[in-house]
Amino acid sequence: MQYWNSTYECMSREEMRKVQSERLSNIVKKIYHNVPFYRAKMQKKGIEPGDIKSVDDLKNLPFTYKQDLRDNYPYGLFAVPTSEIVRIHASSGTTGKQTVVGYTRRDLDTWAEVIARTLTCAGASKESFIQVAYGYGLFTGGLGVHYGAERIGASVIPISGGNTSRQLQIMKDFGTTHLACTPSYALYLAEELEEAGFKKGDLKLKAGVFGAEPWSANMRNEIEERLGILAIDIYGLSEVIGPGVASECPCKCGMHIPEDHFIPEIINPETEEVLSPGEKGEIVFTTITKEGLPLIRYRTRDLSVLNYDVCECGRTSVRMSKVSGRTDDMLIIRGVNVFPSQIESVLLEIGETAPHYLLVVDRVDNLDILEIQVEMTPGLFSDEVKKLEEIEGKIKKGIESTLGINAKIRLVEPKSIERSEGKAKRVIDKRKI
Amino acid sequence: MLVKQISVFLENKSGRLAEVTKSLGNEGIDISALSIADTTDFGILRLIVNQPEKAEKVLKENGFTVSSTNVIAIEVEDKPGGLAVALDVLESESIGIEYMYAFIGKSEEKALVILRVEDSQKAIEVLNNKNIKVIPSKEVYEL
Ligand SMILES: [Zn+2]
Repeated sequence: MQYWNSTYECMSREEMRKVQSERLSNIVKKIYHNVPFYRAKMQKKGIEPGDIKSVDDLKNLPFTYKQDLRDNYPYGLFAVPTSEIVRIHASSGTTGKQTVVGYTRRDLDTWAEVIARTLTCAGASKESFIQVAYGYGLFTGGLGVHYGAERIGASVIPISGGNTSRQLQIMKDFGTTHLACTPSYALYLAEELEEAGFKKGDLKLKAGVFGAEPWSANMRNEIEERLGILAIDIYGLSEVIGPGVASECPCKCGMHIPEDHFIPEIINPETEEVLSPGEKGEIVFTTITKEGLPLIRYRTRDLSVLNYDVCECGRTSVRMSKVSGRTDDMLIIRGVNVFPSQIESVLLEIGETAPHYLLVVDRVDNLDILEIQVEMTPGLFSDEVKKLEEIEGKIKKGIESTLGINAKIRLVEPKSIERSEGKAKRVIDKRKI
Repeated sequence: MLVKQISVFLENKSGRLAEVTKSLGNEGIDISALSIADTTDFGILRLIVNQPEKAEKVLKENGFTVSSTNVIAIEVEDKPGGLAVALDVLESESIGIEYMYAFIGKSEEKALVILRVEDSQKAIEVLNNKNIKVIPSKEVYEL
């Protein structure tokens, strides 16, 4: 097994806690003195920098929200003078104002380091040819992967996104061994390759690092199968650093987090209490080495689970599970927290792929009612009413056992649930509360 | 002997059935029998048409969820107890019937019934043995 930085990637838990504690108390001092926003927040909670001595004190610090970045647009949360900033990226965000992130020279160095670990996880080395098909520009994907690829000494092909026929030609002629792009683009490339008459054997492609959008296990299988490669899932957030926040190793059993740079916590998004390893909740990050835009307990709104067991690959760093949903989608139905992702997992059990669905919540006679509309698929369809009613019953039972609530299941025709560009609309809440 | 039946998933809302028949009509496909099994929310439209493969393709292209199933068509006396004879035969051989529906043929004295059974081959055999007429698929498509 190759590691990029075995000192940190395979460090004992005890040592890692020491590193984190020291770095955390330093960063808290810095932000307290340099960022008025953080100082005010800490003062309001009655915390002084000296109170944060170890990672155990992390839970006492206030949270930071995406809205805080927007409120302080563009540079209000930077912890250094802009003369120290050497790079600016921005995320357009699907809703509202964009968020701006600034990097010092050392931040770029940290970024290249974490990406170097990611690419090494995917088996890349200085012998590799890495085709970066993430967009270059304000988006963190392209340039983020680029500098990490240079760091490991690979030959970088900075082709950026789009121009599919050129991507394919270069992949073949330049002997690309590693591909970095979104999973949906990887699948598109696979289709186009077949269309253009290329065979798996014509390429030297070995692995890909795919992220920046949600994708399913089925999609991974399809990419691996059709391109004949190892498909590695990566996780990133521009606010935290960009790509490089977490990455799978070849064991594909959770994404390793470079904990010497980013400390994760899982919290209950409602009560905000910190949950134990293995419990599912919102993943929150604290950056402990970043200089330009340090973030304290940044609320990602992404749902995940942490696993501190030593991985089969030998890395000791904590692993986060694939993001299974967003807290912003959370519904409270009869006092129960319901995430559309939980419904999705029930639906996945009845078919090979989860059908499209829509949750309709209403309140009748002071009682919340949940209707789940499920689009019919050829795989579920039968000419017998009995069989379709069995499917409805199975979904209903699955929902009841996972969520403890009674839902009405309604099978609907394909394409009858509205599709939107990118993020699917999963919920209609008709309650007037 | 097996007849290909096309089943279509429909939500219970107005106009959907008309869209199915229109899609088929536009392609010159004739419907010889039709039945709907429905619940409060959805229905399954079952069709016997003259060109089942083409019908399946056309409906899929029009965004419907479609499947095809083998059924058998029998001819029974159009008088009280006519159908009971056939059903008794199947029951005595323990062949379960999932569903059935009748449709009008050309002859006035005979009624035609579509049967969806667990084991179509065996059903055809026992019906033939008892001299109940199983209509060949080709004839059914041309009704
Ligand atoms: Zn591992």
